[in-house]
Amino acid sequence: MPLLEISKLTHRFAGLCAVSDFNFVIEPHELVGVIGPNGAGKTTVFNLITGVYRASVGSIKLKDQELVGKTPHQITSLGIARTFQNIRLFKELSVLDNVRIAHYGQIAYTPAEALLHIGRFRAEEKRITNRALDLLAIFKLDESANEKAKNLSYGLQRRLEIARALATEPALLLLDEPAAGMNPNEIIQLMEFIRWIRQTFSVTIILIEHQMRLVMGICERLVVLDFGATIAQGLPSEIQKNPKVMEAYLGVEVAS
Amino acid sequence: MSSFKAAYHTLLAHWHMLTGYKLFWPVFMIAGLAFCVAVDTYGFMDLYLQLILIYVGINIILTVSLNLINGYMGEFSVGHAGFMAVGAYVASLLTVHSFPAGAQNMLFPLAILAGGLGAAFVGFLVAIPSFKTRGDYLAIVTLAFCMIVKSVLENIDAVGGPRGLLGMEKLTSLPWVFFWTALSVWVIRNLVYSNFRRGVLSIREDEIASDLMSVNTRQVKIIAFVVSSFFAGIAGGLFAHALQFINPRMFDILKSTDILIMVYLGGIASISGSIIGAVIYTILLEILRPLGVWRMVFMPLTLVLLMIYRPRGIMGMKEARLFTPLRDITTEKLWRQKKKEAPDASA
Ligand SMILES: Nc1ncnc2c1ncn2[C@@H]1O[C@H](COP(=O)(O)OP(=O)(O)OP(=O)(O)O)[C@@H](O)[C@H]1O
Ligand SMILES: [Mg+2]
Repeated sequence: MPLLEISKLTHRFAGLCAVSDFNFVIEPHELVGVIGPNGAGKTTVFNLITGVYRASVGSIKLKDQELVGKTPHQITSLGIARTFQNIRLFKELSVLDNVRIAHYGQIAYTPAEALLHIGRFRAEEKRITNRALDLLAIFKLDESANEKAKNLSYGLQRRLEIARALATEPALLLLDEPAAGMNPNEIIQLMEFIRWIRQTFSVTIILIEHQMRLVMGICERLVVLDFGATIAQGLPSEIQKNPKVMEAYLGVEVAS
Repeated sequence: MSSFKAAYHTLLAHWHMLTGYKLFWPVFMIAGLAFCVAVDTYGFMDLYLQLILIYVGINIILTVSLNLINGYMGEFSVGHAGFMAVGAYVASLLTVHSFPAGAQNMLFPLAILAGGLGAAFVGFLVAIPSFKTRGDYLAIVTLAFCMIVKSVLENIDAVGGPRGLLGMEKLTSLPWVFFWTALSVWVIRNLVYSNFRRGVLSIREDEIASDLMSVNTRQVKIIAFVVSSFFAGIAGGLFAHALQFINPRMFDILKSTDILIMVYLGGIASISGSIIGAVIYTILLEILRPLGVWRMVFMPLTLVLLMIYRPRGIMGMKEARLFTPLRDITTEKLWRQKKKEAPDASA
């Protein structure tokens, strides 16, 4: 059974059709790339999947469960987590709290127990703190646990964002241009890192990338968007040879 | 100057040592309550001074509870006076009309509680439409709410209309104020040091990201608002039975402004800040009373200076160690110890 099944997804912003008739299926444990030039609608697809925007037409199903109409926190709790193109950490909060916040949906105590610090409160807080620290340790961020997120270097902020997303225990991880602002060396490291994440956390990954060359290396399958339309889907080697893609996408890149 | 600094540092060191003791809070609570009861029974304190202390307590409750919304959560509510009015009227109607004359003292906590619950219920009704969508509706909704409460009260003859409500006994004593103040500070501190705090703070930082990290933002906002209104109602009930007289004008937007000043003076997202803000403002107001109208010049001026030099208030986004639970720190310490002993156990 596919993990995620999107059919006929369409979304308009005041006349502009950002995504039109988008159809997409991903199986568990796949790593699929979504590419396309600026303004192609890639981020909008992520915003639709995660419930930030409500799709005007179409359906998004996670293991047969319809996501359209659900709120972002419901969708996250069902197992979809994401990072952002422009880092969106809770800047003024500590690194540890950034990760603990992402455990919100899993907390077992009620507001009343929190109000009086009774019942399951203490045990749960301890569990969450320990788990958050474990996760930070895996990402080698535990030494900065008490620093404000905004004081981390750019690279570490990106890493923290991924750690925070994984703290929600997702089945599907959506990465929006994780390589933005990185140099070629760092990008190679990042590719390794993404593979390793998929293995360690056994997550399925959809990766948005701007630069086609980068995703060629790690993605098993690619989807190419242009002006909201899906112009190609297939293996990286096929995409590379696709004349439509060359024209719409590579043409742009070669020219610039 | 340097001797002043040295004195300050020694004082601070002693303060840290004192507040570091595990027994600090229990001892402080018992001593405080004992002192209040002693003052109340033996009356060795000037009545005027007692009244100021009572106002300090009430203002602490109002400030701490409003800080939950305007500080921690970063929304802007101007309706606190309205919720205070609900609490004041509910509690007063109970003590004046419903409770038997002999049992006033005994039933007083119930009246206060009822005032709080009434305000919480109204808070719930206000919160639902306000938090339906994202955005800055809260300021407008609460402004309207404040005006509606006032005009509704002015038009109900059963509660005295514009003349207000009289006949409350002076039931708000120093021990009761101490009790309710301690309770509200404790409860809000608890809330603020739980998952819930991370919820409100993340909403303040980035609401969409917060929702995407599984925080039920709407629920968090509603709970925060209801708890905040509850304590505004408690403060209202205490206020009514300290002054023994209330009218709708007391709870207009100016009263809300007073509370806002205390919040921003003391510092956003800080319990210790709220307490400091409430204490300083209440006492300053009394000291400056002889200035008459000039007070109205001095106060805004203070606020303007504050906004320029200390935009987050005295304790903005900071917390005295006294109010942070040790548990958090202990958990982390233990975790680090374990990691040192078994370096790759966690990896
Ligand atoms: N909230 C919005 N309101 C109006 N238009 C929007 C909104 N968000 C995106 N758009 C428009 O929709 C189109 C697709 O935007 P989107 O952000 O999905 O592109 P993208 O493929 O992620 O581009 P990039 O590579 O630059 O990140 C763009 O033309 C953009 O201007
Ligand atoms: Mg984008």
